[in-house]
This record gives sequence, structure tokens and C-alpha cells, in this order.
Amino acid sequence: MRNYIRLSILIAIGAFSSVTIAANSSALLKDRCASCHKLEGPVAQTAEEAWQQKAPDLFYAGVKYKRKWLSSWLVKPTRIRPAGYLYFNHIKPGKEMDEIDQSTLPKHPALTASEAEMASDALMKLTNAPTDLKKGEFSGKSISISFGEMTFDKFNGCMACHQIEPGYGGLSGPEVYTAANRLQEDYLVSFIRSPQAWNPKSLMPNRHVKEANIQKLVAYLVALSKEEWK
Amino acid sequence: MKQLSLLLLSFFITTPLYAASGEENYKAYCWQCHGMQGDGMGINIENMSVQPRDHTDRKSMSARSDAELFKVIKEGGLSIDKSVLMPPWADVMSDAEIKAIVKYLRKLCDCS
Ligand code: HEC
Ligand code: HEC
Ligand code: HEC
Repeated sequence: MRNYIRLSILIAIGAFSSVTIAANSSALLKDRCASCHKLEGPVAQTAEEAWQQKAPDLFYAGVKYKRKWLSSWLVKPTRIRPAGYLYFNHIKPGKEMDEIDQSTLPKHPALTASEAEMASDALMKLTNAPTDLKKGEFSGKSISISFGEMTFDKFNGCMACHQIEPGYGGLSGPEVYTAANRLQEDYLVSFIRSPQAWNPKSLMPNRHVKEANIQKLVAYLVALSKEEWK
Repeated sequence: MKQLSLLLLSFFITTPLYAASGEENYKAYCWQCHGMQGDGMGINIENMSVQPRDHTDRKSMSARSDAELFKVIKEGGLSIDKSVLMPPWADVMSDAEIKAIVKYLRKLCDCS
């Protein structure tokens, strides 16, 4: 009986502290992230609103990011978009062509390892996706890098805005050689099918890629993510 | 009554009467390849196998009708047998917005 009481006290304390941890982690997001990121929907509907945003939406982080990537990136954030969020605010005319204005690109705030765990837990609970996302969108079939690159570059022109390896490709979009490390495969399929379903004012055009080719493109991103990039 | 007019006023101020102009849409969507000055020198061009059109080039721009410009913006380069690198913008902008961009292109090239 005594042991039973002790056990229930322990369980009660455990339950209480996990509630406070959950409260602390969403407070962490509010305090340290909400000044730049939207933690609640809906997604911006007008250009005016979308183009004032300082950072990508996080209110559907739980269906977008891989948790393992989140917790390590938040400790040591690196640049994902070579020209920052909303490239047009971070460029200047250069001698021959436009250049990225590095002075307008601050470092992303970093968290301690334990804060990053808390933040990642809280982020994975944010699942208010602007569009239906089915599980199992990605077939899981693989593709060779060389064939994948043809699909990505030659047939669909995706490389114009995305780097497929460090220093090679377009600069206005996020680097894609790490995309499948960062992002869930089902999200990748859905986003390529319609960027506007996720963000009506997305700077990425919709090319209406055929379903079979969307699968190939995501398989290519998965293959890229397995390479050792320096 | 005063409250009602305040309410109406705030309604007018906050309703999105806002539609992005041709120039604003050009800045958001076209600068990345066609450049801040519309001269084809955007940040993306270094590894592109076909270079974006210089929209300030009078000669090549006056060779195109407004209808042709509208078509290539809406449906992309492939629709007029040009490069796949010029994307289709139909899902991003309304026809009216694309028409406004065509007008803006005419300003950039100072041609018709
Ligand atoms: C000063 C503004 C600012 C603050 C504060 C900030 N971020 Fe960010 N965040 C950014 C910007 C800008 C990017 C885009 C960086 C890039 O693409 O290189 C970004 C990117 C991210 C990404 C990757 C998004 C994507 O889809 O590529 C995650 C995840 C993220 N931030 C989480 C957080 C968390 C968690 C916090 C709070 C602990 C936080 N950020 C605080 C500005 C901020
Ligand atoms: C005109 C430039 C442009 C082209 C062309 C383009 N993208 Fe994008 N892409 C972007 C931008 C900008 C984003 C960032 C998302 C946003 O702003 O909504 C993005 C985001 C993405 C993402 C999500 C990556 C992330 O880190 O969040 C993937 C995957 C992607 N694009 C794949 C593709 C594929 C596949 C194609 C070809 C079918 C393509 N892109 C063509 C500009 C482009
Ligand atoms: C991903 C890069 C990219 C983006 C973004 C882009 N373009 Fe282009 N554009 C090109 C390329 C490359 C060509 C040249 C095609 C060719 O010559 O085969 C081109 C050609 C054109 C042409 C000339 C077509 C002709 O031959 O008469 C027009 C007009 C044009 N683009 C308008 C726009 C507008 C307006 C936008 C923004 C809504 C835009 N482009 C965004 C890459 C881009």
C-alpha cells in the first residue's frame, strides 16, 4: 500500500512536470521565434502580407520537417536560402549581374541542445497544414542521381532557382541537396505538386509536373541527401 | 452613430483593396532571373544554360506582340518553343495581373 501511494505520487509529479515542460516549450517558441516566424495560421493570402514576412511559416512544422534535422539545425543553424528569406530584399545590382547583399543576412539565432529538444517537440506538435497532406504520398522508389538531375534540370528547369550541390545552381530558392534531410518526403511531393496550396504567394511557380515525375523528383532529392556534402 | 462611422472607417482601412501592381509582381517573381533592372542579369543566371531575356532590349522586345508576351508569361517558355527555364505563372497571377506585367515590360523596353 505504502509503495502504491509512493508510486502514484511519482506518477503525479511526472505528469505535472511533463505538462510544465510542454508549457515551457511553447513559451520558448513564443518568446524566441514568434518575432520572425508565424506560429499560427492562416497562411498569408495577399501579396502585401506575404511579402512582409521575415521568415518561413512554422505553424505546420510537424508535417514539414524531420524532427532529427530540427533538433540539430537549431543548435547550429546554417543558411538554407543563399539569398535569405524573400530574396528580393537581400540583393543589390553588381558590376555584371545582381549580387546577394550579405550584409543584410544575419545569422539565425541558435539554441542550446536542451532548448533545441524542447523547441523541436513543440514544433512537431504544430500541424495546422494549409492543405490536406496524405501519408504515403511518396512511393519510396529510388532513382540514379544522373537521371534525377535530367528530370530536375533539363526537363523541368528547377535548377534555375535551386542549388543541387554547394555552389552550383540558382540562388533564389532554398538549396535542395539537403532538402530531404530537412523535410518529410510526403511534404516534398505535396509541395512540388502545388507550392501555392502551401503558400498562395509562393515565389516558386507551379509547373504542373506529372505525378510520376513528381515521384522521380523527390527520389532525386532523397538520393542527393545521401551524398556527403561539405 | 459616431461608433458606427468609426467601425465603417476601420472596415475600409483594413479590407484588402490591395492588388499587387505589375511592377511589384515583377520585383517578386521576375527579378530572380531577369534582374533588378530587367536587363536579364538576375542572381540566378550563372549556371543557367539559356540566359533570360533582357527586357530593356528594345529590338527583341518590340518583335513581340502584347498577346505573345502575355502567353509566354502565363504558360511559360515551352508554350512558344522557348526554354523550359522560363516558368509558367498561371497559378501565381491572375490574367489581370499578367496584363499589368506586360504593360510594365513595355515601360522597361520603352517600346510597343
Ligand atoms: C530574427 C528572425 C528570426 C528568429 C528570431 C528566428 N528565426 Fe528561424 N528563420 C529565420 C529566417 C530568415 C529563416 C530562413 C533562413 C534560411 O533560409 O537560410 C529561418 C529559418 C528557420 C527554419 C527553417 C525553415 C525552412 O522551412 O527552411 C526553422 C525550422 C526555424 N527558422 C526555426 C526557428 C525557431 C525554432 C526559432 C526560435 C527559437 C527561430 N527560428 C527564430 C528568422 C528567424
Ligand atoms: C522561379 C524559381 C523557382 C523554380 C523554377 C523552382 N523553385 Fe522550388 N522553390 C523556390 C522558392 C523561392 C522556394 C521557397 C518556398 C517559397 O518561397 O514558398 C522553393 C521551394 C522548393 C522546395 C522546398 C524546399 C524547402 O527547403 O522548403 C522544393 C522541394 C522545391 N522548391 C523543388 C522544386 C522543383 C522540383 C522545381 C522544378 C519542378 C522547382 N522547385 C522550381 C523557387 C523555385
Ligand atoms: C527561373 C528563371 C526565370 C524567371 C523567374 C522568369 N523568367 Fe522570363 N525568361 C527566362 C529565360 C531563361 C528566358 C529566355 C527563354 C529563351 O530565350 O528560350 C525568359 C524569357 C522571357 C521573355 C521573352 C520570351 C520571348 O522569347 O519573347 C519574357 C517576356 C519573360 N521571360 C517574362 C518574364 C516575366 C514577366 C517573369 C516574372 C513573372 C519571368 N519572365 C520570370 C527565365 C525566367
